[in-house]
Amino acid sequence: MQKVRILIAKPGLDGHDRGAKFVARALQEKGYEVIYTGIRQTPIQIALAAVQEDVDFVGLSLLSGAHNELFPKVIEELHNAGADDIIVFGGGVIPQSDIEFLKSKGIKAIFGPGTSIKTIVDFIENESKSRNSKIS
Amino acid sequence: MGENSYKNWQEKTLIPYIKKNPTRKKKFETSSYLDVKELYADSDVKNYEQNLGYPGQYPFTRGPYPTMYRGQFWTMRQYAGFGTAKESNERYKYLLKQGQTGLSVAFDLPTQIGYDSDSPMSEGEVGKVGVAIDTIDDMETLFKDIPLDKVSTSMTINATAFILLAMYIVVGKKQGVDKKLLRGTIQNDILKEYIARGTYIYPPKPSMRIITDIFDYCAKEVPKWNTISISGYHIREAGSTAVQEAAFTLANGIEYVKSAIDKGLNVDEFAGRLSFFFNAHNDILEEVAKFRAARRMWAKIMKERFQAKNEKSQMLRFHTQTGGSTLTAQQPENNIVRVTLQALAAVLGGTQSLHTNSMDEALALPTEKSVRIALRTQQIIAYESGVANVVDPLGGSYYIESLTDTIEEKAWEYINKIDELGGMVAAIEQGFVQKEIQESAFQYQMDIENKERIIVGVNSFQIEEEPPKDLLKVDPSLRNEQIKNLQRVKSQRDNTKVLNNIKLLKETVQSNENIMPVVIECVENYATLQEIADALRQEFGEYKESVVI
Repeated sequence: MQKVRILIAKPGLDGHDRGAKFVARALQEKGYEVIYTGIRQTPIQIALAAVQEDVDFVGLSLLSGAHNELFPKVIEELHNAGADDIIVFGGGVIPQSDIEFLKSKGIKAIFGPGTSIKTIVDFIENESKSRNSKIS
Repeated sequence: MGENSYKNWQEKTLIPYIKKNPTRKKKFETSSYLDVKELYADSDVKNYEQNLGYPGQYPFTRGPYPTMYRGQFWTMRQYAGFGTAKESNERYKYLLKQGQTGLSVAFDLPTQIGYDSDSPMSEGEVGKVGVAIDTIDDMETLFKDIPLDKVSTSMTINATAFILLAMYIVVGKKQGVDKKLLRGTIQNDILKEYIARGTYIYPPKPSMRIITDIFDYCAKEVPKWNTISISGYHIREAGSTAVQEAAFTLANGIEYVKSAIDKGLNVDEFAGRLSFFFNAHNDILEEVAKFRAARRMWAKIMKERFQAKNEKSQMLRFHTQTGGSTLTAQQPENNIVRVTLQALAAVLGGTQSLHTNSMDEALALPTEKSVRIALRTQQIIAYESGVANVVDPLGGSYYIESLTDTIEEKAWEYINKIDELGGMVAAIEQGFVQKEIQESAFQYQMDIENKERIIVGVNSFQIEEEPPKDLLKVDPSLRNEQIKNLQRVKSQRDNTKVLNNIKLLKETVQSNENIMPVVIECVENYATLQEIADALRQEFGEYKESVVI
């Protein structure tokens, strides 16, 4: 089976990258193929990077409060690029009350501050499994 | 006591006791992985009198002023700003009424990175983590009914600091306040933006030119203004240790001083207006030692390395903010306790001004109630705790002095390494600093994952929680309001004058003359933040980070 590929990206102008970098490296150490594109990415740049890198997952990180605008925009740009099969999850400073809205826009999961890596790995493994069973 | 009696105590009393009553852990460390012995004694402290000295005297270990808080309390300076200038103005007036003693302005990300509210890059970001400022019109609104000769204002702004300072000067002028009377600080610390915070625009070298232009202009024209706040706060928030926070902050300071001297400025003309900004984390004693070490090191750097004669140039004066990254989304009331401990560390360490974080900041922008609790925390420490009645109350503690020495020693190691690499700009360009911070951040978080480091409510003592109520929300339609206002200003200003100003600005940039007078003129004629920032983008280009994980 091919290695699961994950893009970790920071949409918008927020420069707080500590969490994104930690998740990227921790997932890499767990054996996933991880690409991190750095801060100050636009939604379209993230979508193009995801397609170009042929990833299975996109993890978005945002602490500036712009998640309700920018996360759905990434989904939209992935759709425009014909990449609806890519699974998108998010994290950062995101109020609980916004999670339902984000999920309704196609974000599969939101991991708030204090989430353990194990929780994220479990999510990736579960989603990979159910996607593989759909394919075969 | 002495080394022999210490060993005797270990052999006779400690070791037999431990055999029957083991310690909780085999190895004890500070939050930043410095070894901690079970007890410290006089044998742990070297050169006591020389290193320690007295407050208000070189090397200022014990404080920059002889009376410290017996003279006056630290400035209670709560960082605030959100939405439009009007909304932020209302909060500033609220905070001043509640007893805050200085203003601290948070700007939104478009303002920090040089975009107007109508830029496509600003979508979703306007007014979110700070106030939106597009023109002098917004800045006037921000300080409406707040006379600038009666307050001191700190502005957290870096790449666009020269523009916001120009706006502040013009607001003062419109209010009838001479710029020679303006008091406050611009953060203006671009080097830490490349390593820890990310709101850079231009590459390092032209950014340093802007900073030294500001030093030069303010030394002559705005003499009471603190031209920089050399910041360890964000370096620590990015995951550094306390040692790295001290070392990299001071190394940045060295680079700024060197740059200014290379430009022809006399060290004692500008150094007294440099200020610092540190983090206050949860390990109280380590934080106290860090502040003391930083003061002593800066005194030595200025006196010995740069031959500063004036004692004001040798003093390190600093603002502190409690550690935002330590706040938890889980059991958020616990954050009130964390912030209290951190604020106490800052005060015991001798801070000149302080921001206390609000309990709900891991969840959203703080509410008015949580901001009030944060301010009351400072007021309770100031008026009720007694710790403000004595200068450097922990000074002389064997552990504090030993830890101060250790942090200093390890920080010097970093500074020497950075010098070998060619200085801080070179070290940043080579990725050395970023890599060091990244390693520390990873280690810290892995310790939490592995429960080597307990975070109450997060990886221990967890409970089932309902989502918190009453979180602040920024109205998304705010951007439309901001854009409408911007369009009004643009339609009413003299556009020919603005175009000429921008043209002159570009010529000034090329000529190496000081850009500040021209920027002030641009601002006065209602040139927008982005028009000015883009003019310099066109001349200087933009910095691109190299990404490593």
